[in-house]
Amino acid sequence: MIPVHLLADAPAQLLPARELMAFTLAMHITLVPLGVALPFITLVMHHRGLRKSDPVALLLARRWSAVMAVQFAVGIITGTVLSFEFGLLWPGMMGRWGDVFGLGFGIEAWAFFLEAILIAIYLYGWRRLPPKTHFWLGVPLPLAALMGAFGIIAANSWMNTPRGFTLDGNGRPVDVTVQQAIFTPMFGPQYWHFVVAMFITAGYVVAGVYAVGWLRGRRDRYHRLGFTVPFTVAAILTPVQFVLGDNIARQVFLKQPIKFAALELVWETDTHVPEYLFGRLQEDGTVKGGIKIPQLDSILAGKSPDTKVTGLSSVPASDRPTATQATIAHWAFDIMALVGTALILLALWYAWCWWRHRDLPKSPWFFRCAAVSGVASVVTVECGWISTEVGRQPWIVYENMRVSEAVTPTGASALWAVFGLVVVVYLLVFGSLLGVVLKMSGRWRLADAASGPGPAGEPADDPEADTPYGPRPEPAGAAPGDHRAPGSEQ
Amino acid sequence: MTANVVAWILLLVIAAYACGGGVDYGAGFWDLCAGGAARGKRPRWLIDHAMAPVWEVNNVWLIFVLVLMWTGFPEFFQTVFTALWLPLALAAVGMVLRGAGFALRKPTRNLAGRRIYGAAFAVSSLLTPFFLGAVIGGVASGRVAPGTVASAHAWANTTSVMAGLVAVAATAFLGAVFLSVDARRFGATDLIGYFRLRARIAGFALLVVGVIGVTLTDPQAAYVHHGLTHGAGLAALLAAVAALVLTTWLVSGPASGWARYSSVATVALLVAAWGLAQRPYLVPTSLTVQEAAGASEPLHWMLFVTAVALVLIGPALVLLYRLDTRGVLEPLTEEDVAE
Repeated sequence: MIPVHLLADAPAQLLPARELMAFTLAMHITLVPLGVALPFITLVMHHRGLRKSDPVALLLARRWSAVMAVQFAVGIITGTVLSFEFGLLWPGMMGRWGDVFGLGFGIEAWAFFLEAILIAIYLYGWRRLPPKTHFWLGVPLPLAALMGAFGIIAANSWMNTPRGFTLDGNGRPVDVTVQQAIFTPMFGPQYWHFVVAMFITAGYVVAGVYAVGWLRGRRDRYHRLGFTVPFTVAAILTPVQFVLGDNIARQVFLKQPIKFAALELVWETDTHVPEYLFGRLQEDGTVKGGIKIPQLDSILAGKSPDTKVTGLSSVPASDRPTATQATIAHWAFDIMALVGTALILLALWYAWCWWRHRDLPKSPWFFRCAAVSGVASVVTVECGWISTEVGRQPWIVYENMRVSEAVTPTGASALWAVFGLVVVVYLLVFGSLLGVVLKMSGRWRLADAASGPGPAGEPADDPEADTPYGPRPEPAGAAPGDHRAPGSEQ
Repeated sequence: MTANVVAWILLLVIAAYACGGGVDYGAGFWDLCAGGAARGKRPRWLIDHAMAPVWEVNNVWLIFVLVLMWTGFPEFFQTVFTALWLPLALAAVGMVLRGAGFALRKPTRNLAGRRIYGAAFAVSSLLTPFFLGAVIGGVASGRVAPGTVASAHAWANTTSVMAGLVAVAATAFLGAVFLSVDARRFGATDLIGYFRLRARIAGFALLVVGVIGVTLTDPQAAYVHHGLTHGAGLAALLAAVAALVLTTWLVSGPASGWARYSSVATVALLVAAWGLAQRPYLVPTSLTVQEAAGASEPLHWMLFVTAVALVLIGPALVLLYRLDTRGVLEPLTEEDVAE
């Protein structure tokens, strides 16, 4: 959680409200990459299966759909909780600014609606829809996901660089222009950085599962395909993300200089600013620990050591993150950059082997790295979110509203009680989600072992014979037990 | 003008959630009442089967309610979420338990696990609509005003509790009607009568709770009570009663499929009656639609976004419900993913 340095005038409920928001959002974020990008990756596999009449690819696509069903469901409810929290925790923000930046959520809600409908059709259409129809009904899914991300990022980037209104005498927003409120300066950089991060993360997470199987000696065509398709998607996008990440950092430097100062631990406004790798900012502005690289921060910010970088001390203490908050944002930023760099090396390794040998790398170390790349990229996504949110403190709406002004008047004890309840419920739900997915994969492994994939890795029987497009038994009158597949545990 | 249109859209979406989500909550209610593992096996199987493809979609209506509230009427959103903090927080927790319980029960094989997930799903299917109903009751009771801080006074009163009970009865009614029709669709003939009986009981309960509720709200919620007993509000309320009676008659007849439409009409008309009764207030009697309306340009855009969305979502939604009611949508079975 985020330890918060309470200012003297901060209301007591601010801390639990923050912890609750941070906790629920951190948990929800772990589901977002798969929610946004798993449909796309599954459709790529599905397409391959249809085009090459490849039963292994179709089997993978079906299994990924089954995982998608469970995780999308949990993502919907944790997302609904976040919408509630806007009102339960930050009514002050929504009451004053809801009409200015709420429209993005309106777009998101409809996009999400479309996504929920299409995903229901896709997930439940495998058995009875004609194969081509079924595939094409799934194709708009990634587009709906991109549209939903558009809404969310529009709202978040507005909080970072609020535009599209003027303040009247009472400090209330008037003359709202929607276009400016949606396409704020940070919108473009944030949107592309986010979307690409989602695809990369989903790719590495899915590929990581098959990398583990590969390391355990399951080197059939099923694992090869399950690894290659998502890993290729992620590996192609990783260098793209390098460029986008560099771009967003420079935009933060230009548009949110105090956040940039926090991310890079810059205290005094100066040129020839050094870059710190890790290290801890002290109250007096010095940095303890960490590796200091002279000149580098100015070079990164403006491509020249003469670039002037605004420091934290240029604004009053009440308008900037505390030393602890700056250190948290800085560490999150550095971890994100480090893991990102490591992922680029991994992608290059993969590209090299593919280019030289038209084959996967042989080294088990490659697969060990690939196996952890999934978890590592989820960590990176969390770090990116921490950087942008903690780096914006103490503002909820940058330079226009403090977090402490937005918080609910509900008492701290009620918030702590609900926080405790939510932690317990979320841990149970996410633990169960993980357990259920692991159980599913365990059952599939048993089924594969029982049916014995052929030497080429193809399932022994022609799967089209009875599933999912073949003739099927009548569902009518089916007793509860009828859905048990032959050969699975009974 | 625009604000009024957006307010009507908001009411319409609330009605859509009450109906779509209500069917799901009702299914959960009957899951809760289905008895032990052996006795409740068949009804629970049907509930699982009938609900699965559409529940996520139904849930999204609620998100749209929230978005319309904060974009269209920011002050209204702030007021409701501040004053009615606890029931809303509990409803949110209930939604998590419910969704997770339902989603995780399906792929779970062992009985103990299924029981735990099933219990979470069923109990929270009862509590969530109760708390949401209590929130509506709290708003209608006139105990909430801009600046009211959270207190039990705002929602632990007769009007709120009655509204919560009406919500539970309405979901149980919708759930039973839809399940009895689904039972026919899936050929589970033994369950048609089972749910038909429950539809009648729930319909009767809804009528009783509703009448008691309207009677009791007299001194408690004077403005809304007056609206419900006069003019358009009364007309909508009577129409809801007529639709309710029609449903209990249709559900046992040969054209039972139509009972779904009349049950949806019942609940939608109830929501409409509430909306008509408290107009022009969003929060009677302290905040009108006009006073709470946000900036005009976003409101116009909201209408535009809604129109575009209808063009995109309408056909998709129709497709989903058609595929679903024709039995084209089926979950992947073990054999689909095991082979």
